[in-house]
Amino acid sequence: MSETPSYLGVPITRPKVAFFDFTACEGCQLQILNNEATLVDFLSLIEVVAFREAMTESSDDYDIALVEGSVTRADEVERLKTIRKNAKVLVALGSCACFGGVNQLKNRFDDQEWVKKEVYGDHPIETQRAQPLHEIVDVDMKIYGCPIKKEEVEKIVTNLVLGKSVKHPKYPVCMECKANDNICLYDLGEACLGPVTRAGCDAWCPGSRFGCWGCRGPADEANMDEMVNIMKERGFSYETMLDRLECFGGFAEFTSKLKDQMEQDKENG
Amino acid sequence: MKISCNINVHHLARVEGHGNIHIDIKDGEVTHAAWEVVETPRFFEAILSGKKWENAPWICGRICGICSIGHTLASIRAIENAFGIVPTEQTIKLRILLKHMETLQSHILHLYFLAAPDFLDVGSVFPLIKSHPGVVGMAARLKQLANDACDIVGGRRLHPTRTVVGGFTMLPKKTELLQLKKRLQASMDDLTETAGIFKSFTIPDFQRETEFVSLKGDGDYPFIGGDLISTDGVEMKEEDYLKMTNEYCVDQSTAKWARLSRESFAVGALARVNNNFKFLHPAAQELAESFGLKPVNHNPFMNNIAQLAECVHVTLDSIEIIKELIDSEWDDPRQPVKPKAGIGASAVEVPRGILYHSYEFDSEGRIIKSDCVIPTGQNHANIHLDLSDLARQYALEGRNDSEIRLLAEMLVRSYDPCISCSVH
Repeated sequence: MSETPSYLGVPITRPKVAFFDFTACEGCQLQILNNEATLVDFLSLIEVVAFREAMTESSDDYDIALVEGSVTRADEVERLKTIRKNAKVLVALGSCACFGGVNQLKNRFDDQEWVKKEVYGDHPIETQRAQPLHEIVDVDMKIYGCPIKKEEVEKIVTNLVLGKSVKHPKYPVCMECKANDNICLYDLGEACLGPVTRAGCDAWCPGSRFGCWGCRGPADEANMDEMVNIMKERGFSYETMLDRLECFGGFAEFTSKLKDQMEQDKENG
Repeated sequence: MKISCNINVHHLARVEGHGNIHIDIKDGEVTHAAWEVVETPRFFEAILSGKKWENAPWICGRICGICSIGHTLASIRAIENAFGIVPTEQTIKLRILLKHMETLQSHILHLYFLAAPDFLDVGSVFPLIKSHPGVVGMAARLKQLANDACDIVGGRRLHPTRTVVGGFTMLPKKTELLQLKKRLQASMDDLTETAGIFKSFTIPDFQRETEFVSLKGDGDYPFIGGDLISTDGVEMKEEDYLKMTNEYCVDQSTAKWARLSRESFAVGALARVNNNFKFLHPAAQELAESFGLKPVNHNPFMNNIAQLAECVHVTLDSIEIIKELIDSEWDDPRQPVKPKAGIGASAVEVPRGILYHSYEFDSEGRIIKSDCVIPTGQNHANIHLDLSDLARQYALEGRNDSEIRLLAEMLVRSYDPCISCSVH
């Protein structure tokens, strides 16, 4: 492990990096440790000062905070605000932090008391609407995906260290899928949100012949109306569309429109 | 002089999720000892309500970032049981192989990255990169092997993409399996060396008589489905899991607790070894015995060694499964699925112990009711009760507060708790 890393011969400073987790499965943090082949090189670029899942020591002095999870309780709101105060750069790590993730599926029930009762019966339990980080604090950067793709995190953090700008692909997963010569999921009779979901995962799921569920949220200028038409033409129900579009929260704006459209279609028979 | 101290560990490190330890000792007497779980709940059982069956494995895999494969497979099995789908031999073998590789990945992560730093007197694996590069390199190699294997069979190491109700969306290439087999064979040297490293550690000598619950072996060391058993002599059918778990709510935990014949019970590698020792691969048995691990062992710290023995078992068993897969013709990867009304339950041994999923469906396959009982949830009461005994024993031995604190932390880590999973 090199003490003074350099880029093109120019010495660079190792930023202090801290990892934090809120309401989540902690899988995104685990993806960092899942980076066995390049883990040591990656760690030579940064100085990890807090990472509760992996280390005992912890410090409040950090430059970059990588935050996993959504916010679902009052104490989490306060903890997130403190992290925002300490961090120069706050990065939302994964779908839960960016959009609420699967946790926000509970928000679809108007009656949150029913949600509590369904799981805990009469035992008192504290919870609130699942929220992405940017609803509470300013977020400097988002790393999409459920789970995040480790190569993408490495690239983004490396760019941050080098002071390079970070850009996400504007095009959809479909482009990557075509470039990889995969069989189109629609030709296999499966639903897929590849045409509207932001790329960057290298068509991870369609590459396994598993249709996209939109965990990375919408691509720039995603044509949602056409997506609905394609799925209708191929015989998929509104329910199937909705299941996928609402799964991770990235399409929240469109999901409510789709629900209205469903109601309208029902009325029109 | 008799010890008086207050130990408060807020958000214990090197475990998955958020838990606190509190121990108060006054003049050598333990006045309070508690394991608190403060993780935020995600309400998976409510989330699934009204959703079609195909959502369940995809969403439930997200209960856990470490054992997502186990959750996905448990969810799939419960749905298949409800719809009356019997997986093909090929699917069964591929699922076991995938589960084995998740077990290996998870156990190696725990043994090296979470548990070992305590025995080497460091706060994390990071300083070991410099001080013990060979050891960290070996840990990374083993973990990568297991993760690569999960990619090959399940499509992805975390939140798998090929595992579906009825089988798999696609199959691995036989050349990939052949390569995997070679790597697994070569990894046995690393596992032997790992055993050597753990031999050099002093495993704390602490015992508390405990009931251990797991799947019941029937010719094989069991991982997916079958009857349930406890070391206190309780036996149940898979679908009667509720009588085996008896969950209840407590104020100090957002995860439910469980009990059976006593105040608490334990699940996990040690429970599996205690109940099914005779079905372990002979090489894994030999390794366990070399550490003095034989059934029924009541030292929770020995869960580390049980995990180590299981690493050997799953590696050798995977080599055999791959041989069988390579020698047979590929069958269709996936069976058709026809939903029907009814209830299906499943029991699957995931790295941290026995996991149950259960769903009730309407005739179109929409979920009416669901239930997930998580291994760490079943362990919380046992951890809580162990902590008082541990504090009492070490206070009596005259240990100081920092020693007791470290031992308490190590005790909880020995269970390899997956806290956010237990709350879900």
